[in-house]
Amino acid sequence: MAIMISGASSPLYATRRRKNVITMALAYAATGFGLSWLALILGVLFYEGFSGLSLRVFTEMTPPPGSAGGLLNPIIGSLVMTFLAVLIGTPLGILAGTYLAEYGRYDKLSSVVRFINDILLSAPSIVIGLFIYEIMVAQMGHFSGWAGSVALAVIVVPVVVRTTEDMLTLVPDTLREAAASVGLPRSLMITKVAYRAARAGMITGVLLAIARISGETAPLLFTALNNQFWTNNMNAPVSSLPVVIFQFALSPYKDWQDLAWTGALIITLAVLALSITARFLGSQSKKS
Amino acid sequence: MKSSGERPVVDVAFQGGGAISAAEKVDRAKVLQRLRLGDTAFRHLTRAAALAVLIILSGIIISLIYGSLPALQKFGIGFLFEESWNPVTEQFGAIAPIYGTIITSLIAMLIAVPIGLFIALFLTELCPMWLRRPIGIAIELLAGIPSIIYGIWGLFVFAPFLQQYVQPFLIKVFGNVPVLSTLFEGPPYGIGVLTAGLILAIMVLPFITSISRDVFDAVPPMLKESAYGLGCTTWEVARYVVLPFTRVGVIGGVMLALGRALGETMAVTFVIGNAHRISGSILAPGTTISATIANEFTEAVGDIYTSSLIALGLILFVITFIVLAFARIMLMRLNARLGT
Repeated sequence: MAIMISGASSPLYATRRRKNVITMALAYAATGFGLSWLALILGVLFYEGFSGLSLRVFTEMTPPPGSAGGLLNPIIGSLVMTFLAVLIGTPLGILAGTYLAEYGRYDKLSSVVRFINDILLSAPSIVIGLFIYEIMVAQMGHFSGWAGSVALAVIVVPVVVRTTEDMLTLVPDTLREAAASVGLPRSLMITKVAYRAARAGMITGVLLAIARISGETAPLLFTALNNQFWTNNMNAPVSSLPVVIFQFALSPYKDWQDLAWTGALIITLAVLALSITARFLGSQSKKS
Repeated sequence: MKSSGERPVVDVAFQGGGAISAAEKVDRAKVLQRLRLGDTAFRHLTRAAALAVLIILSGIIISLIYGSLPALQKFGIGFLFEESWNPVTEQFGAIAPIYGTIITSLIAMLIAVPIGLFIALFLTELCPMWLRRPIGIAIELLAGIPSIIYGIWGLFVFAPFLQQYVQPFLIKVFGNVPVLSTLFEGPPYGIGVLTAGLILAIMVLPFITSISRDVFDAVPPMLKESAYGLGCTTWEVARYVVLPFTRVGVIGGVMLALGRALGETMAVTFVIGNAHRISGSILAPGTTISATIANEFTEAVGDIYTSSLIALGLILFVITFIVLAFARIMLMRLNARLGT
């Protein structure tokens, strides 16, 4: 201490200050570095994507190489599969999250489920694709939109479980006690009181899950495969935006590559809009 | 939220608290019976859903093991160490993709960990309050961008840039340095192990940043303030107070990011070059487990080929499972300490 007090001119003090200035400059530089990637990626994406964006993208099918066309069938395919995945995954996730937060908060089973769920949350999505290939595609003998939806649903579940549990844990116990004290059965207490108090947060979870799966490619590659044409049959291969981008971007044809950029822009805009909405809802629910 | 949740409950109390006639008592018993049944049913339903999470995980493991049995039976443990990958002669070995997976993730972590920690330091110590949220959100948006976008961007923008400017420079600078020259050997392809590693670094950066920021924020202000009070510089506070206190959490966050990097598929598939060989140079094309599966699975003919790819998936799942489990245990240890 004595050295420090002895004055700003001492060499030790100067060294420490220099070190501090250098590392703080590094911190600024690192942040600039991180933000510049975001700007670079979005910048290129907007530049390349907007030039190809037109009404035709939303009204025409994917073209054969060398001719013009749109992305209607992959867009619809993605929407339908995402919808089905949410339809399958959300109830399962909400119920499981309810068990973790309401019934078995301190159970041994819950701690195991929580741990496994956290691992599923960041498990490689391509492995989930392989899993669904094994249990659905290989058994049924053909690729199908259903298999794609189920693969996406497997990704939805852990996200919803996690947010549901977190949001229900935030609901004050006094609310539950008040409900119990007037004789409300536990199931009604959960569905009528706890769910209502946690609603915004739970919706946030579902939105985050949608954002997560709408860009997923790997689990669809060998479940839903791809389809160049319009199909209403979920039992047949269904095209999806990410898989079409993958196929078109790696192709040698210029107009396919342009369409891939446009598709990439559409997905990114959708995902960013979803995650910003989710964040907004999330901060709203914390305030109230 | 709170008041609207409470009001109907109070109403129920008034209705239930009134005088009950004898005739109503029978109805009441019926209603109670029904409620009791519904209660049990709901309880079991949620429990079943929780068990479903376990079933999904065991389903993944069992189906992967089942699918990879033919390959594992044919090649045995040698599958792990064999380099050749030849669909024609049906000779398959996993060491090249395993090597590629590990080396790309290693490059990613070497770059992303220091940068991520510095950004977290900036966000918790230096950044003005009103800017913290916007910058934090912007960094997290990086995590929200789908991996296929990184892939297409990497292929069309980043790889050509590296090929034209960065890689020739690296070759020129390190070409004559004894050890490093092998690392940067060969022509600048643009795509390759280094490019994949760099893209992965950008992708995992937000994970490291957001977890480190959260754990840095959890350091009791008292600790930091007393260090500042002693005259510590910001760097000294970060290095000797914040980092030691949050070490377990930071390691957890880093492992979580590593788990992501190991399993990342699409971004890597675009820029790795898909060459089944182990090269000393990080400029050379390579492959990773996930890129191999994504590229070859739908085209694989024959049981052994398909099964070998599933065996690769099994290896990937085991590796990431271990890494992620370790990450969770670390984060749980930190939470336990903060909770008390």
